[in-house]
Amino acid sequence: MSTTEVLLQQLITGLSNGMIIALIALGYTMVYGIIELINFAHGDLFMLGGFLALTIVGMLGLDATTGNATTFVAVGGLVAISAIFCGSLNWTIDRLAYKPLRRAPKLAPLVSAIGVSFVLMNIGLFWGGLPMDVFSDGVAAAAPKDFPALASNKNLLGEASDIRFTVKELMVLVITVPLMIGLTMYVKYTRTGKAMRAVAQNPIAAQLMGIDVNRVIGTTFIIGGALGGAASVIYSLYNNTIHFQMGYRAGMDAFTAAVLGGIGSLPGAMLGGLLIGLVRAMSDQYIEARWTNAVVFTILILILIFRPSGLLGARLREKV
Amino acid sequence: MKAAISIGLRTVGWFCLGSAVSLLGGCGNDSPANAREASPAPAANPKIIKIVSSLPRTGSANAQTTTLVNGIKMAIDEVGGKVGEFTIVYEDWDDASPQRGNWDPAVETANANKAVSDPDVMAYIGTYNSGAAKMSMPILNRANLVMVSPANTAVELTKPGLGEAHEPMAYRPSGKVNYVRVVPADDIQGSVAADWAKELGVKRAFVLHDREVYGKGIAEIFRRRAKEAGVEIVGFEGIDAKAPNYRSLVTKIKEQNPELVYFGGTTQSNAGQVAKDLVSGGLNVKFMVPDGCFENAFIDGAGAANVNERAFITFGGVPPEKLTGKGAEFYENYKSTYGSEPEGYAVYGYEAAKVALAGITKAGKKDREAIRQAIVSIKDFDGALGKWSFDENGDTTLKTMSGNTVKNGKFAFVKVLGQ
Repeated sequence: MSTTEVLLQQLITGLSNGMIIALIALGYTMVYGIIELINFAHGDLFMLGGFLALTIVGMLGLDATTGNATTFVAVGGLVAISAIFCGSLNWTIDRLAYKPLRRAPKLAPLVSAIGVSFVLMNIGLFWGGLPMDVFSDGVAAAAPKDFPALASNKNLLGEASDIRFTVKELMVLVITVPLMIGLTMYVKYTRTGKAMRAVAQNPIAAQLMGIDVNRVIGTTFIIGGALGGAASVIYSLYNNTIHFQMGYRAGMDAFTAAVLGGIGSLPGAMLGGLLIGLVRAMSDQYIEARWTNAVVFTILILILIFRPSGLLGARLREKV
Repeated sequence: MKAAISIGLRTVGWFCLGSAVSLLGGCGNDSPANAREASPAPAANPKIIKIVSSLPRTGSANAQTTTLVNGIKMAIDEVGGKVGEFTIVYEDWDDASPQRGNWDPAVETANANKAVSDPDVMAYIGTYNSGAAKMSMPILNRANLVMVSPANTAVELTKPGLGEAHEPMAYRPSGKVNYVRVVPADDIQGSVAADWAKELGVKRAFVLHDREVYGKGIAEIFRRRAKEAGVEIVGFEGIDAKAPNYRSLVTKIKEQNPELVYFGGTTQSNAGQVAKDLVSGGLNVKFMVPDGCFENAFIDGAGAANVNERAFITFGGVPPEKLTGKGAEFYENYKSTYGSEPEGYAVYGYEAAKVALAGITKAGKKDREAIRQAIVSIKDFDGALGKWSFDENGDTTLKTMSGNTVKNGKFAFVKVLGQ
């Protein structure tokens, strides 16, 4: 491979990983924007989405040999089901664990979120032990689970090409970009979107204007969770492995992305996710894989020192 | 005025009472008579000998440790839970924490201290992870409590000159050997693997490791031996074991155009994902891993299609179903007792417990020092792994390893290595 080809390949890899991180980061940033809570359970919610998807894949008996048309429909279905599942679960969690603490000091819901994160992780561990074929009959509940390669490894640039842009990368692009555009439009142009922005700016004023703040917060949790659910399917199809602890790492990356871009800002989370994906790829290639985490966090620290509100945090007053 | 005085008095009264209680408490704790009474209390029964194991029971190593614990239980059940006049009580301790999902230094240290302070504990089976052994070895060593590891393979735990300058003496503060292992160390496995790679016709190899004691150690030995054997090492890198994928690293590997990728790591440190990403990155290479991946969870996690005929796994000792003599008996018994196939480490758990029992039998008394001496001096032990001895460092003299590959989603024995 020539140097240019290597660089192009790393750009493709970095952007694909970055888009998945960005999608998860949106869930963090939306919730933070509206109630200033860092929802540490978001990563684990995302993990459960992956387990649901794998369970459905197992029940339908889908695998790499399934026909194109069926797979296409199935992937669409999986994204939708996982999104609905994670959205409603996130809403329920808000009602049970965060809403009663709305007026409590900031630390209380944060601790509650960490608690929920552990609960969800254990549900994942239990789920992985179910006696299903896809979970290797539940023998090793904690082991990583293989997710069938529904999106194939076929190189769209032709098998002779050294640069690989496969069906997987295309799938990430085709699902993520419309979701991000859709979300931006929703927040910008719909009534609920407007209400969300209002609550984010000033909850008391929003309430005085007749906005049902709790309903808006509920909607935010549903949308944030749904994006996490969609991300879990994309992640599973891209990496082909799910694990009950994957939410921790994915959540960490996404949270970093959200802070990097300016927590509370939607474009910030997207930018932050893409940047982290790219920096990871470049650092793996041009520095050394073992330094990658250090590089990512050094950049985060530098940015926070010089721009404490993140890359896009200060400029955008509307945070959701 | 009156009220104020009475409140003042009441406060003084409470203070007096408080200090009286604390004095009493202090008295109770400090008095030598009480201390003597308190400490032998757990050893109420001099006829009970406890064997404990400290293994990561929480998290992804659980499949391997369950099979290990089954092996230990089998060995104890075979003697009816009794050695001479002593009743053997076995306790299965966890050295992992849910936060880490893996072994935890704090928990392992606590386990070692707990074992030392319980006068009934006469043998400590563990650990699974070499890093964990570094925590408990010095603690147990000071108490002359023997430690039998069924799974540690890091060289520096026992072998002088292969680790840092202070190793392994740092783990033996008393100067005596109290740590033995029934599994061959990495210097044997790493070099056997390098020889096998050479035999498979590999000329260029890229070495990865998970930056843990076990993985990095074995990867370094592989690199050293491979160079000696004339295999060119085109890269040596530590990976991030929790990364969602290794696509960018695979691109970097691809640039070097190797014929084999060696990964020093375990199923838990993401060996399956590395295997998967080599395939999805369009890299058609052999993938060699050490015994930390010799478990079905590795194939399940990697997806059979990604490792079939492509993955090469070295393993200390022969696979459970290829064991002969006592080993074959163990294999049959295990299957009939637990109704499942033993994982690779089961027989080591069994052998470690056998060693502990043999030591207790030979010592014939409930005395840590006597049992330690009996165990470290074991020679020509006729066990499930064959006939072997402990050398002066506490290492097994067994050197045979097996080379395995994956066929149709199952491990397939290829050949015996290192003979």
